[in-house]
Amino acid sequence: MTEYLWAFLVGGGICAIGQIMMDVFHMTPAHTMTALVVAGAVLGGLGLYDPLVEFAGAGATTPICSFGNSLLKGAMAEAERDGIIGVLTGIFEVTSAGISAAIIFGFIASLIFHPKG
Amino acid sequence: MLVGRQSWRFDNPPVILASAAIGGPFESKSPLADDFDAFHDDIWLKQNSFEKAEVKLLEHVCQKVLEKAGLQGQDINFLISGDLDNQITSSSFAARSLAIPYIGMFGACSTSMEGLAVASKLLDNGGANYILTATASHNAATEKQFRYPTEYGAQKPPTSQWTVTGAGAAILGKEGNGPRVTSATIGHVVDMGVKDPFNMGEAMAPAAVDTIETHLKEMNIEPDYYDLIATGDLGFTGYALANELFQKHGIQLREGLYTDCGMLIYGKNAKVFSGGSGCACSATVTYGHLLNRMRRGELKKILITATGALMSPLSYQQKESIPCIAHAVSIESIQ
Amino acid sequence: MTGNQKKPTPAQKEYQELAKKSVPKRKVVPNTIRAFLVGGLICLFSQGLQEIFIHFFHFEKSQAGNPASAVLIMLSALLTGLGVYDHISQWAGAGTAVPITGFANSIASAAIEHRSEGYVLGVGGNMFKIAGPVIVFGTFSAFVVAIIKLTIKAIGGI
Repeated sequence: MTEYLWAFLVGGGICAIGQIMMDVFHMTPAHTMTALVVAGAVLGGLGLYDPLVEFAGAGATTPICSFGNSLLKGAMAEAERDGIIGVLTGIFEVTSAGISAAIIFGFIASLIFHPKG
Repeated sequence: MLVGRQSWRFDNPPVILASAAIGGPFESKSPLADDFDAFHDDIWLKQNSFEKAEVKLLEHVCQKVLEKAGLQGQDINFLISGDLDNQITSSSFAARSLAIPYIGMFGACSTSMEGLAVASKLLDNGGANYILTATASHNAATEKQFRYPTEYGAQKPPTSQWTVTGAGAAILGKEGNGPRVTSATIGHVVDMGVKDPFNMGEAMAPAAVDTIETHLKEMNIEPDYYDLIATGDLGFTGYALANELFQKHGIQLREGLYTDCGMLIYGKNAKVFSGGSGCACSATVTYGHLLNRMRRGELKKILITATGALMSPLSYQQKESIPCIAHAVSIESIQ
Repeated sequence: MTGNQKKPTPAQKEYQELAKKSVPKRKVVPNTIRAFLVGGLICLFSQGLQEIFIHFFHFEKSQAGNPASAVLIMLSALLTGLGVYDHISQWAGAGTAVPITGFANSIASAAIEHRSEGYVLGVGGNMFKIAGPVIVFGTFSAFVVAIIKLTIKAIGGI
């Protein structure tokens, strides 16, 4: 039960931070998402994002910052195995599902739907 | 003739022989709906892109105004038109099918009055017998070009405005019955360093006030000369700012004299935040509602100051601020 | 008065001060509360999805995030196509933009919008209009951080 509570609180909290970035700092949605994704990679590098995922579950994996963390983890995991070239070969390993799904479902949507204006 | 530096007083004030206003589905709910000639119930107008739909809007309003004036396309000497699309393609493609010699112009949302001013000067100088001036805008095409894809979930701030899907047109002639264009003041570009494309009202208000002030000074008249002064699309945000600027500049406007087409077209509607905008905003309100009021004798002398924000999506990304312009045209019922 | 100047002129500054007082402000507190609530709910839903994938589809706990994300992405693309997502997002703000749903919406909305320019140049060429920066900067920052970490390790650090 507590994992649901933390998922809600942490996820909501990260979104609240995003809202403040947009409303108070007048950042565009693209700038906000970009800043969060970079933050995810940096926090991941500092070893701080994985513990967040441990106790907040989907509250940490659903926001876009998780994407940055996953990109880093993929790079590091592959680098462990193959040396420095692994940074290039491994980056998209963990995030492949997210990017593929977005491209595929986005494209399918363009086949089926028209913009409503 | 030239008055002052940037105003024209027309010695042979051209007549507005006919005017027309067309709207989209959302505009059919406007408080001014009765003053539109027709509405389309679908923003696609049976085309396969928003841009092509905008061409159709312009073609439709031009055909309508020709019909109302009792004229054919071949009677018209010049078509003066502009819009918000890149390279004003809506106007160019409409000109292609109307087959009228074409002067394209870009004034962003000030195009309606820019066109009316230049058309009037041409007629005043004997440079034409009949001129058709028109403009159009399309909500989805404008969002796609200037802001975000229409289905994107970016949260719009309270200062944003709603681009009118519609078109307005007028046919001017040397003689006949109807309201006459008596003078015009061409604005110069005013940039107060505003950078937010979701806050056009704040960007454009100084240009509107500058042009109106210049007009009053150069024509040597007081605001009370007019029954109504309307800006194009400052919206509620820009209107409030313009009022403050008028006060600061010592221009006294009596209660009820000054209004804005962006506020009139949709009234207070949460969906449109600060009000209407787009080339068609000032065009449909002026060529429909306001001229109808003049024809009914409710107004005798009006000053329309259409306002435009002259930025591009690229200029905004290059951290440029938003330069704005406003053009004022006076229309009077002369017996 | 050109926009090339980096510093505003005194006249511009004066006007912007005047504007600040009368221009309607964004309602930060209600917006943030709504973002918190909707964002939290989406993450809650994602947590539930993960549990379903673990218990009914025998995914490992560490792997359950992937199909859960895929479901969220599919739902976002569907809601975008139905023309509903932007209305939800106007209300929820960052609550729908920050989770993976926002990423999916940015791709789906751009794809749908540009179908009028054809599938190759229109859909294919414009799909990443808004999401592109996220991918570019995510990748590049992961690259930089990874290189830094590996360098520190090689020098005999952490």
